[in-house]
Amino acid sequence: MKLSSPLEVYDYLPKTNCGECGETTCMAFAAKLIERQEKLEACKPILEDKFRKKYEELSALLAPEIREIVIGTGERAKKIGGEDVMHRHQLTFFNETALIYDVWDTMDEADLVARVKAIAGWQKFYVGEFLKLHGIAVRSTSGDPSKFAACVKKVLENTDLPLVLCSFDPKVLEAGLEVAADKNPLVYAANKDNWKEVAELVRKYEVPVALYAPADLDLLKSMAVTFSEMGINDLVLDPGTYPAGKELEETLQRFLKIRRAGIVEGQKEIAYPLMSVPLTTWMVYDDPIEATYWETVLATVFTIRYADLMILHSIEPYALMIQRTLVDNIYVDPRRPVQVEPGVREIGNPTEDSPVFVTTNFALTYYTVESDLSSNNIDCYIVVVNTEGIGVEAALAGGQLTSAKIKETIEDAKLEEKVKHKTLIIPGLTARISGELEDLTGWKVLVGPVDSGRIPGFLDEKWPPK
Amino acid sequence: MSTIKFEDLVKILEKYEIAELENVVIEGDVEIEVPQGGGDTTALQIAIGQGAAQLGLSLMQFAQMLGYPVGAIMQPPGVTPPAPAEAKVLDKLIEAKFSVEPETYPTAIEEVTLGATRADGGTRETTVTLGGERALPFFNYAAKMPNPIAIAIDCFDMPIGLAKAVKVHYEDVMESPGEWAKKNVEKFGADMVTIHLISTDPLIKDTPAKEAAKVVEEVLQAVKVPIIIGGSGNPDKDPEVLEAAAEVAEGERCLIASANLNMDWERIAKAAMDHGHVILSWTQLDINNQKTLNRYLFKAGVKREDIVIDPTTAALGYGIDYAFTNIERMRIMALKGDTDLNFPISCGITNAWGAREAWMKESPLKEDSDWGPREYRGPLFEIVTGLTLGIAGGDLFMMMHPGAAATVKEITKTLAGAVESKPVPVDDWVTLEV
Repeated sequence: MKLSSPLEVYDYLPKTNCGECGETTCMAFAAKLIERQEKLEACKPILEDKFRKKYEELSALLAPEIREIVIGTGERAKKIGGEDVMHRHQLTFFNETALIYDVWDTMDEADLVARVKAIAGWQKFYVGEFLKLHGIAVRSTSGDPSKFAACVKKVLENTDLPLVLCSFDPKVLEAGLEVAADKNPLVYAANKDNWKEVAELVRKYEVPVALYAPADLDLLKSMAVTFSEMGINDLVLDPGTYPAGKELEETLQRFLKIRRAGIVEGQKEIAYPLMSVPLTTWMVYDDPIEATYWETVLATVFTIRYADLMILHSIEPYALMIQRTLVDNIYVDPRRPVQVEPGVREIGNPTEDSPVFVTTNFALTYYTVESDLSSNNIDCYIVVVNTEGIGVEAALAGGQLTSAKIKETIEDAKLEEKVKHKTLIIPGLTARISGELEDLTGWKVLVGPVDSGRIPGFLDEKWPPK
Repeated sequence: MSTIKFEDLVKILEKYEIAELENVVIEGDVEIEVPQGGGDTTALQIAIGQGAAQLGLSLMQFAQMLGYPVGAIMQPPGVTPPAPAEAKVLDKLIEAKFSVEPETYPTAIEEVTLGATRADGGTRETTVTLGGERALPFFNYAAKMPNPIAIAIDCFDMPIGLAKAVKVHYEDVMESPGEWAKKNVEKFGADMVTIHLISTDPLIKDTPAKEAAKVVEEVLQAVKVPIIIGGSGNPDKDPEVLEAAAEVAEGERCLIASANLNMDWERIAKAAMDHGHVILSWTQLDINNQKTLNRYLFKAGVKREDIVIDPTTAALGYGIDYAFTNIERMRIMALKGDTDLNFPISCGITNAWGAREAWMKESPLKEDSDWGPREYRGPLFEIVTGLTLGIAGGDLFMMMHPGAAATVKEITKTLAGAVESKPVPVDDWVTLEV
């Protein structure tokens, strides 16, 4: 984005303060545009003919530095790229790195279907929602166009996840496109040998394409410039992912340089989404656990440093969980609130006999406790102490979680009128303040488990209190 | 190229209700050249229809020649122009050279050396130097990191509860801090050892400071690498404990962990200065507090080469986004010239084991997909937490699982460009049989 202050944006707006966009003033709307929390098209007046020039200029100025492209169709379609900053604190990163897991056309059909279902069905609950994976890469290991087409077809029968069609043979790619073109797959890849044929293919089928130029940024840029000249702009750049040693170090340098050229120097010719293939670790390590570990290590590096899409092989559940959690954590908007409102919350339909749990107002802690309680259908109260958004252990060490604060929170909520047992269950990590808390509040204190996931077992044993 | 008579053109234009030309009077039969392709015909195409566009364009040029105000016809209407005609597939690549200017920063991170050899008045056989960076970690094309990320492995002054995957490695040494420290170095290759004097906490064992100091002596005897001395985290007891520990470790250049704002940091700073140690300045995910505490330390007389900072580590999935950004921001501010912040950064990566995904047998939520075996999950949680904060700007990691420590060491050395390996034919990944 070329503009940095709402004032600069405001200059281009109709200044009618009409409120049609949902904001009360054009200036407020301008601020939202800078934060990329609104679309310019929400402004109806600027779409009128008389503002056409301003609209076009402002659209161009507001466009993200890195081109945004879409892979797949429908609800699971995945946007990649569209980034504006080198570091998440400068604004936020917008489109999570797409985590794409492979299948191949020499797989046995039953294995193929099972693998597709495992990838498409994987989920993990995290801070109020389910994390899911983003897509499937179909590799042509056979080199046979009809086998590849059959495999792609089978995959499509079993998932609506976006696909990447992988082969350097244009005939194989075309066979896949004949089956899948209407699903807007990413074609992988054009290289220095096949680029003409691949260019014709992606124009014919109107799909995005990856450009592959391993360890050669001049070639990568030449290809990007050439494709753009041919009117093909939905490009993903693959500078090659070398999985070990100095080659890996050099691989990272290429990602850093390309992203800097695109964002800091505004070099439009190379400002496309980047992709990395941590799967290449399987060419180095024979032991599957070691390969999975190193694949996750590479995924970590390139999640943080600028891959917009990654192709991976291991679908070991522990690796998926870790890779997906990191993507969430790096891409989560740093402007989102850290804290939830303190006070006393009701979970389910608590009565005067229901247990009372104490936790902090750090959003992550609160949602974890809340989901553990509600998913186990436990009717209860949660005392959410204002620890200024700091988690239990740190808040105890830092003095934000104290007996006095717990007392204040239960008194403000008049909790003594809601329950008759006068018992608090505190987090296991705060065991050391239990005595002091009993003395201060006059309530009985039970030390709960260290992890709220163990609350159901804890209640079986300790509730109701004797 | 074709030609058309002007009077025919006027008829075409009349058909499209372009009335203005009626006022133009042209005598005689004029021929106009109609070029094939080229020129910006888009708006005219929209105005009078695709078929007549070429004619119209020529007419417009002609009218312009006669001084007719053609702007009125050419005003683009409020619709998106159609996409340009299909470009050709090119025969040759357009040659382009890639280049980018590396970022440069005015300020380097301070270099801090831990451990003192005999030549420097201590008894360590190795030392560890942290910091000295002039760019973000692993932005080697801008400036290489002069010192590798150092790894300290934790030991404790009493047996403690540990995740199963960690515990199996330490069960035989938990009763003896000296043996524990030795195992960390000799078997697990730690660059340093951290001794956590947790039993001194009044709510744990309330071990007297004097006895804790003996444990420090034991560890210094057992290993010859630099050591980190940690208190229990009790703000009332730590000053006394760390003071006694600093005294018995006189001259060894230990890292004293830590001074923080909610305790008598001045007493700890003084103990570190009096006995030749480095101080760890710890704050909780707050840049301003980190600056404040560091300034207090300067004011108390602590030298710049005697400070390491710990801006707080959070585990993957449990606030690593805050920790990552806090560290990355501090590091960038430091490189840009904030001399309150340009110190090496220490991270308690062992915190990763606080994440329940690292140690719990299975998910407590039935809706979750399988989590996989925890003996693989836990170490990988620690690895990813460490590597992530290493990429943000961490210089010194306190870790726990030996396999995790070794992997983080290997990858951070690799990213620094210090690991050789055989070339890999990466093109073949598409057809790889695995």
